[in-house]
Amino acid sequence: MSTAIVYQPDRPFALPANQRRLISLMLYLGFAALAVGVVNGLAQALNYADIDVFRYFPGLHTYYEGLTVHGVFNVIVLTFAFANGFVSLTTARGLNRPLNDGLLWAAFVTLLAGAALAAGAILSGHASVLYTFYAPLEAHWTFYLGLTLIVVSTWLTSANLFLSLSRWRREHRGERIPLLAYISVVTFIFWDIASVGVAADVVFMLLPWSLGILSGVDPMLSRTLFWFTGHPIVYFWLLPVYVSWYAMIPRQVSGSLFSDTAVRLVFLMFLVIIPIGLHHQYVDPGISPGLKFVVAALTFVVFLPSLLTAFSVMYALEIGGRRRGGSGLIGWFFRLPWGEPSVAAQVLAMLAFMLGGITGLINASYSLNLDIHNTAFVPGHFHLTIGSAVALSYMGITYWLVPYLEQKKLWGKRIALAQAWCYFVGVLIFARGLISGGLAGMPRRTAISLIDYPMPPGWREAGILTGVGGTLMFIGAALFFVVLAMTVLFGERTEIADIPFTDTIEPPPESGWLVNLDRFRYWVAATIVLCVLIYGPLIYHHLPPQLYSSGSTNY
Amino acid sequence: MERYERIFFWFAALVLGLLLGCLAYITLFMDIHLPGHGGRIMPMNGKGLAATVLVTPPFNHPGVHEISPGRYEAAILTMQWIFYPRKIEVPAGSEITFRVTSTDVIHGFFIPGTRVNMMAVPGYVTVETYRFRRPGNYLLLCHEYCGRQHQTMWGEVIVK
Repeated sequence: MSTAIVYQPDRPFALPANQRRLISLMLYLGFAALAVGVVNGLAQALNYADIDVFRYFPGLHTYYEGLTVHGVFNVIVLTFAFANGFVSLTTARGLNRPLNDGLLWAAFVTLLAGAALAAGAILSGHASVLYTFYAPLEAHWTFYLGLTLIVVSTWLTSANLFLSLSRWRREHRGERIPLLAYISVVTFIFWDIASVGVAADVVFMLLPWSLGILSGVDPMLSRTLFWFTGHPIVYFWLLPVYVSWYAMIPRQVSGSLFSDTAVRLVFLMFLVIIPIGLHHQYVDPGISPGLKFVVAALTFVVFLPSLLTAFSVMYALEIGGRRRGGSGLIGWFFRLPWGEPSVAAQVLAMLAFMLGGITGLINASYSLNLDIHNTAFVPGHFHLTIGSAVALSYMGITYWLVPYLEQKKLWGKRIALAQAWCYFVGVLIFARGLISGGLAGMPRRTAISLIDYPMPPGWREAGILTGVGGTLMFIGAALFFVVLAMTVLFGERTEIADIPFTDTIEPPPESGWLVNLDRFRYWVAATIVLCVLIYGPLIYHHLPPQLYSSGSTNY
Repeated sequence: MERYERIFFWFAALVLGLLLGCLAYITLFMDIHLPGHGGRIMPMNGKGLAATVLVTPPFNHPGVHEISPGRYEAAILTMQWIFYPRKIEVPAGSEITFRVTSTDVIHGFFIPGTRVNMMAVPGYVTVETYRFRRPGNYLLLCHEYCGRQHQTMWGEVIVK
């Protein structure tokens, strides 16, 4: 007994060729950004090992310019491009209907224009403000406009998904939304609400300020609005990957997803608990300790859906491993199809994510944060999450997604496997280096290779591990690009009719209160109420903004 | 959701609750606090922020002052790309209250090996109290990116 997670009428699913092309273009744009980002990533890692290669980089002025490129290209351009492309596809598949051509085009063009503007500003040396762009460090207005367009492209994608869903619902009154479409759409509802903070910051304050219309900024208001989005943004990176882990990986390992309802609850928990960005501001002035503690508690609550994901996804993997003849307490784990690069990359990504989750909980732990705030521990943590759980999963997904989109066989399966392992081993060494460095007081976002004080104990060893691990990660990423390029250019033609998706053992109930999980307006209302409760008084306190802080471009 | 899922959920919730309880205990009974709010400094009429900060107590006399027997206050300015004063001396075992603000962009104020870790935001004063028990030389670092020469922004705390 099993239930499909997609709408499955008699007609087979077929995405129009032009839409397939647009989705590919979106992904390739993201991967182009990743390529630039990882080259700079290598230079960042070597910096920790006390090797300054920036002076040899053509067209790159400083360490911080390189770090800005690394951050903006990897975690904004790549992730948004991937979410736009991949989640559009999963929504279309879940509902078994094509998307809107115009909106798909608009999303791509906006993303391209935004990325080009931001890239121009950064690479000309006029926006070395890192991807957090804390005011009053001031970038060229094209940087802020570029970022705005990049966010607008995700909103256009949202509009596309919502349009498809509302049409499907009109034709299927009273039916539960197919799970694949449900989790895809919630990802974007979540992001639309989460992105309001940074959008308000950029559109009403930073952009007019950089154009000379406003005389200054309110740095605390800007920072608070930034982090309203800045924390949930990490879930926007993660949720498309969760879509793959929940909906595709079980099928790829011959398993099944157990519970439909549990998955919907997990995504709704991420949605409702948006306002926890203040835990990035534990050591800021101007925010009461009580509110900081409430946010710490909420952050702990939002750890639950990730723990549930660990349970459900591992359960699905176990079902697969046992169906494939595995037995014993952990014997099933070794029976997973480790020879499939798509599976190997994503299961390794999950392993990295366990360490990423634990270090993340340490960051969120109120007073414990005092030991590691803004130290190298933090990038150590997030290279285990965004830098591997997400990035390595993107690569794993690509190993079936690009063959599907191009209708070509994956080139170089063995190289793809080596890629995943090389990257995984690399990130473990790299993160071990940064984490120990952070515990020894090594600051993050600092040109360690240029410091003019004697290196404190523990930094050198930490830096060498970081450099070695980062080099392995770079090799892993380079192999990914080889496989990708060879598949697109020289892959053997084949016909791949459909994308992989699992079934669920426990179907969604057709009656009872759980039906309300599909009524988004209640959940959106709950989200907004919680946001207003946490952020309302804080933001109100800053209104009208006091624009006393004038900009600095000393970078 | 089936039975095992429920058990797992409540077990996970219990563990997280216990961890949060530990944090509450540390804060309430072990006197380990997050940095606090020490007031605002807004530019006065016709003056920029930096000029205002320099005439606002205690930043009109930056450095270490004894405020009562055995209790000290260290008023330190952060600016691109120095701490002012750059080197301070404090007695071991006494309570030091750091008061920090910025005259330009956001800076960090971090003494590795201690729990002194805070942000200096223009317009705000950040406050943290700490007792150095072991004598020695401590590094003071800016750990927030603040511009081109950020990596050279450091100082020393000498505990005697």
